[in-house]
Amino acid sequence: MAYNYSKYLRNEKLPHIWCPGCTYGIALKSMIRAIDGLGWEKDDIVVTSGIGCVSRMPGYMDFNTLHTTHGRSIAFATGVKLANPELKVIALGGDGDMTAIGGNHFIHVCRRNIDMTVFVFNNNIYGMTGAQYSPTTPRGSWAATAPYGMPESNFDITELAIGSGASFVARTTSYHTPHCEKMVKEALQHKGLSVVEIISACPTGFGRKNKFKTPTSMLVDMKERAVNIQKAAKMSDEEMEGKYKIGVLHKEERPEHVETYDSVVGFQKGV
Amino acid sequence: MAKKVDFMMGNHAVAEGALYAGCKFFGGYPITPSTEVAERMAERLPKVGGRFIQMEDEIAAMASVVGASLAGSKSLTATSGPGFSLKQENLGYACLTEIPVVVVDVMRGGPSTGMPTGPSQSDIMQAKWGTHGDHPIIAVTPASVQEQFDETVRAFNLSEKYRCPVVVLTDAIIGQMMESLTIPEKGGMEIVDREMPTCKPEEFLPYDMSKDVNPLPPFGKGYRFHVTGLHYDETGFPTNDPVLHTKNTKRIIEKLEKNYDDIVQVDEFMTDDAEVLVFAIGVSARSAKHAVLEARNNGIKAGLMRPLTIWPFPEKHLEKILSKNNIKGIVVPEMNLGQMTLEVDKVARGRCKVEGLYSLMVDPILPADILEKIRRFA
Ligand SMILES: Cc1ncc(C[n+]2csc(CCOP(=O)(O)OP(=O)(O)O)c2C)c(N)n1
Ligand code: SF4
Repeated sequence: MAYNYSKYLRNEKLPHIWCPGCTYGIALKSMIRAIDGLGWEKDDIVVTSGIGCVSRMPGYMDFNTLHTTHGRSIAFATGVKLANPELKVIALGGDGDMTAIGGNHFIHVCRRNIDMTVFVFNNNIYGMTGAQYSPTTPRGSWAATAPYGMPESNFDITELAIGSGASFVARTTSYHTPHCEKMVKEALQHKGLSVVEIISACPTGFGRKNKFKTPTSMLVDMKERAVNIQKAAKMSDEEMEGKYKIGVLHKEERPEHVETYDSVVGFQKGV
Repeated sequence: MAKKVDFMMGNHAVAEGALYAGCKFFGGYPITPSTEVAERMAERLPKVGGRFIQMEDEIAAMASVVGASLAGSKSLTATSGPGFSLKQENLGYACLTEIPVVVVDVMRGGPSTGMPTGPSQSDIMQAKWGTHGDHPIIAVTPASVQEQFDETVRAFNLSEKYRCPVVVLTDAIIGQMMESLTIPEKGGMEIVDREMPTCKPEEFLPYDMSKDVNPLPPFGKGYRFHVTGLHYDETGFPTNDPVLHTKNTKRIIEKLEKNYDDIVQVDEFMTDDAEVLVFAIGVSARSAKHAVLEARNNGIKAGLMRPLTIWPFPEKHLEKILSKNNIKGIVVPEMNLGQMTLEVDKVARGRCKVEGLYSLMVDPILPADILEKIRRFA
């Protein structure tokens, strides 16, 4: 049976701006199924984004939505959450948005363990501005600002999140849609700061010049290189060479920021 | 019955003013000489149902206050020159998206890290033009500890009423000095809250262009809407239409111009028959008052115009005195190299001489120096 996505979309804002073959739309559908599965009220949800192709996503989602400045999605979301902790807050952005210009906000929100969910859509490139390299562009790959190949080392977004103190960290891809839905749902349910890296494909910016002849070949790459964490545990380092793990990579119970703040400072409600 | 508080620091008075106005959120990043505002808010907010956070930098702090305001809290941040520069990005966001927030800038010497503990008045232009693009802004300029309180309350009221960020532009001397402060009882001063929509959620237009100021419901109360830093249409969604963008940019600027009389306040001292005018804000205005008195003792008809609102610029007030009195000259003492003088000159349009008295020294400009300038015009 066809799923009713339109309930959660601002249908009058469609079609979206994304290129044919871009995987942001697929991930959006997984996110909607996850939210619907949780039965959350649309009025209770706030989605913030920065600037970039994926950061246009909240415009299509029928929640309280905030399209902010480049890299600042998390910082705006932090204010929203502290002003009204009853709101369910989601901050999203691309790899450039979240780990370059927004890198500082990203690590600090992980450290604080505020109860919100951060989605990083990693397509290894700056899509919107025309394929300049990002902190996740693989070494050697072509980018408009790395015409001789990316000379810098990368961030591993999930390790950055774990190292910074996020209490829930997962990775999924836009090829593995049921898995993506599951990871999003678990992250949203987690009390504390949850991060989900969603591996995405930018055929226009990254694929064309990096030997992915068609958008499909980028999805095939996700299929071949992503290894479920349970399976990965049984594989040797050589077998994992060139592959990456998907699943919940880290989960712990840690005091949540607003609750801790309120109890430490003796917050008196409604005065 | 007014509550009397003996001797409070100017920066603390700002915090008390914010709380009196109903502020429930502070997001900041420490910087001398503004830090005491944050410190007092950290201590006081939780006791009145508000929350404080020290963000990772000023960009984040400014973002957090805009987010908190959208979630329904009156919000404050405080900073000084270098931090004010960082806040400009999201201050511009608040200007375009019409989110009420109050930003305190305790001016210190610049540019760059400049003079961390040296007072200055060199952010007058940064307050107006620090962010890119044509945009509205209100800036108020207290000159005493009492005014730190009063003007902060007024800043919140203006910000809520006109859905416009308001800058409390003060300086290190006023911020750090101790003076007596009277805090009125609850109800003693008017408190303005932003307008809420009365229509059905599906009929709500966040940016009805036919109105100067639209209602702003907090996120989570049934009025789902979209906010973007891109130019938007009446529904709040991005548009590339240059006609609409022009119309809307003018709307958000003109809403302040139309309400000049409500927004712009100027304290006038002995201006009725004045022939030499001193135009000064903040700490420089305190010296100027002494100079004017001294000039009067010497038989010179001097007067002081002390703006409590510097943006929008008090053009009408200046215009009025220039057309009514026989003004021979205007002295503009300021702790920078002529930012405010330029504006005064623009209004005077050659009708009288305008002379700045500039200082980058860390001491306030002395009354004697102002008096000397007044004498030259007399
Ligand atoms: C302050 C600022 N600097 C630079 C830009 C230009 N800019 C827009 S989007 C973008 C990068 C977007 O890349 P990413 O976050 O990876 O998202 P994607 O477009 O790939 O979804 C940049 C640099 C900007 N809008 N604002
Ligand atoms: S440029 Fe890349 S990321 Fe942007 S919409 Fe096109 S495919 Fe997607």
